Amino acid sequence: MSWIPAPVSRFFHRTSSPPYFYALADRFIPWLTVIFIVLLGAGLYGGLYLAPTDYQQGDSYRIIYIHVPAAWMSLFIYVLMAVMGGIALIWRMKLAEVMLISSAPIGAGFTFVALVTGSLWGKPMWGTWWVWDARLTSELILLFLYLGVISLYGAIEEKRAAARAVSILALVGVVNIPIIHYSVQWWNTLHQGPTVSKMDKPSIHVSMLVPLLLMAVAFKFYYLIAVLQAAKLELLKRETSSQWVKALLEKQA
Amino acid sequence: MPIIGAFWAIIRRDLLLAFRRRAEMANPLFFFVLVVTLFPLAVGAQPNLLRTMAPGVIWVSALLAALLSLDGLFRSDFDDGSLEQMLLSPHALSILVLGKIIAHWLVTGLPLLLVAPLLAVFLGLPEQAMGTLWLTLILATPLLSLIGAIGVALTVGLRRGGMLLSLLVLPLYVPVLIFASGAVDRAASGLPVDAQLNILLAMLLSALVLVPLPTAAALKMSVN
Amino acid sequence: MENSQHASLQASELSCFRDERLLFSDLSFELHPGEVLLLEGANGSGKTSLLRILCGFREADAGEIYWYGSKISDSNYYNDMAYVGHADGTKKELTVLENLKFALALGSVGKYSIDQALDKVQLAGFDDNPVHTLSAGQKRRLSLARLLITHNLLWILDEPFTSLDRQGIKLIESLMAEHIAQGGMAVLTSHHDLSMANLNLKRIHLQACQ
Repeated sequence: MSWIPAPVSRFFHRTSSPPYFYALADRFIPWLTVIFIVLLGAGLYGGLYLAPTDYQQGDSYRIIYIHVPAAWMSLFIYVLMAVMGGIALIWRMKLAEVMLISSAPIGAGFTFVALVTGSLWGKPMWGTWWVWDARLTSELILLFLYLGVISLYGAIEEKRAAARAVSILALVGVVNIPIIHYSVQWWNTLHQGPTVSKMDKPSIHVSMLVPLLLMAVAFKFYYLIAVLQAAKLELLKRETSSQWVKALLEKQA
Repeated sequence: MPIIGAFWAIIRRDLLLAFRRRAEMANPLFFFVLVVTLFPLAVGAQPNLLRTMAPGVIWVSALLAALLSLDGLFRSDFDDGSLEQMLLSPHALSILVLGKIIAHWLVTGLPLLLVAPLLAVFLGLPEQAMGTLWLTLILATPLLSLIGAIGVALTVGLRRGGMLLSLLVLPLYVPVLIFASGAVDRAASGLPVDAQLNILLAMLLSALVLVPLPTAAALKMSVN
Repeated sequence: MENSQHASLQASELSCFRDERLLFSDLSFELHPGEVLLLEGANGSGKTSLLRILCGFREADAGEIYWYGSKISDSNYYNDMAYVGHADGTKKELTVLENLKFALALGSVGKYSIDQALDKVQLAGFDDNPVHTLSAGQKRRLSLARLLITHNLLWILDEPFTSLDRQGIKLIESLMAEHIAQGGMAVLTSHHDLSMANLNLKRIHLQACQ
């Protein structure tokens, strides 16, 4: 890959070495945690306290400050998983494999949160705990896609083969997500039209938008913290017989 | 022998094998009819209710029948070492896999069309929807075999892969289900179905091109 | 490395882990036409894993395998090699003839026709017998017939003598000797020691470590 500048490729080579990555993660996590807490605090304060009451829905709309960022994260993480799957398959990078499988439960968690908060949001609005509207249904199917990745990885004993399998599955899944999304949308359009989109001007007021975006960024930092922690653990599990793990355990003892 | 010869050879072989095991061939059909029969028993036999549900019930049952028959796609070859021989062939595994999927569909998917009229009668599906039912079956059953093949390839090495296979494959089946049963539903009301059929055709053509490669990769992983 | 320009099969610093256990590391060897490589070692020492790496079913955790100088994934390797493993690789519902015809379709034409090959493995006249009616020894000989009908230089055999009686073993050894004499190569595992004379035999003994 001659078009990648040398310092960048050297960084990738170094970072993808498990002991180096492990040490790097250890150094970063405290900082990321601080940033996360600050962003979370700001977002929640802005969303729960500062933002005005919605004239239609009253205060019950405020759950979007959890629901919408969680839904965004659920999609974002799956796409990221697919990218890592591609990297793992093409360049056989163990770190990509580890990051992929570490991300899956986190993504599933966000999907679950999106579903629960969506249901909670729906109760005051539609009177029922669940409606088969397009977005919630797509999220539900996405949850199954995540569960499939987690189950497949757990079912294959040899972890190297398991990593290849979930890489393939993640890539297949990511191709299907737009198809599933549009087919479900065609099937049912109850949900209110998307109120925040990258392209057009958001149709919600900026005082409601800013906390939303703050929460979205905060969740991304949460993801980073969680995936680094999980990746560290997975690396230890996969490299138990290697020198650096033994040295690490001896140091801690 | 050139690759196209190998392609036909594998289709011929699989059809021959299915014929030698022809007692098993009827199983997906029986399952299809049986599952459809369960619905009137479960929800009551009111004609209006059944007629409204007919497209969905027929299509969910077809989906489940397809799912059940998927395991046979690679199981036998995996167990007796034939799959390894295919991996060792100088010919591209993707092409061989595509041949196997086509043969599998001919044996498990195509027969469902024969049974469709019976099920339409059971559930009171309007006559005007019959043609669409056949069209959706002919377009979507190969699609089910293709999409399912990826799931089978990923799980063939596992001892109890059946439930996991369903978990992997059913979410991917959702778009097919939506458009196929949606089309039949619209046809039952006399509405045009061109859009749905075209989408199914597009999905089928894409799957023909896109499925063999990840399936071959998954098989290589499973044979590990 | 004086012979390396003639080395057909070259393994370079192969390592293999299985379930977090190191089976072997830095394993290197070369094989030239006319040579036989015998892999020895106790069960679980990694012989089958090494064979499966040579077949390309598994990737080694480190190291490469070269066929005439190119990596096996980039070369004509699969056109030039054939494998008979624990499983027969035949369909029990199909006849002997149907199985061999299919095997031929997967590869390219070799030295012997199907009839000649069946004759050589002493299965002549069994053309139309379904494989499930054959005995274990006959099934094994059928798998080996596959080696004769397709073009190949390298035979990779995992315990080829299982299920064979003394006569069967002598038969396979003579087929192997003929293959070697004609410039072929073989890698095999076997609990039974080869009693072939004039054999250019290399041995690798794998010992489970840790």
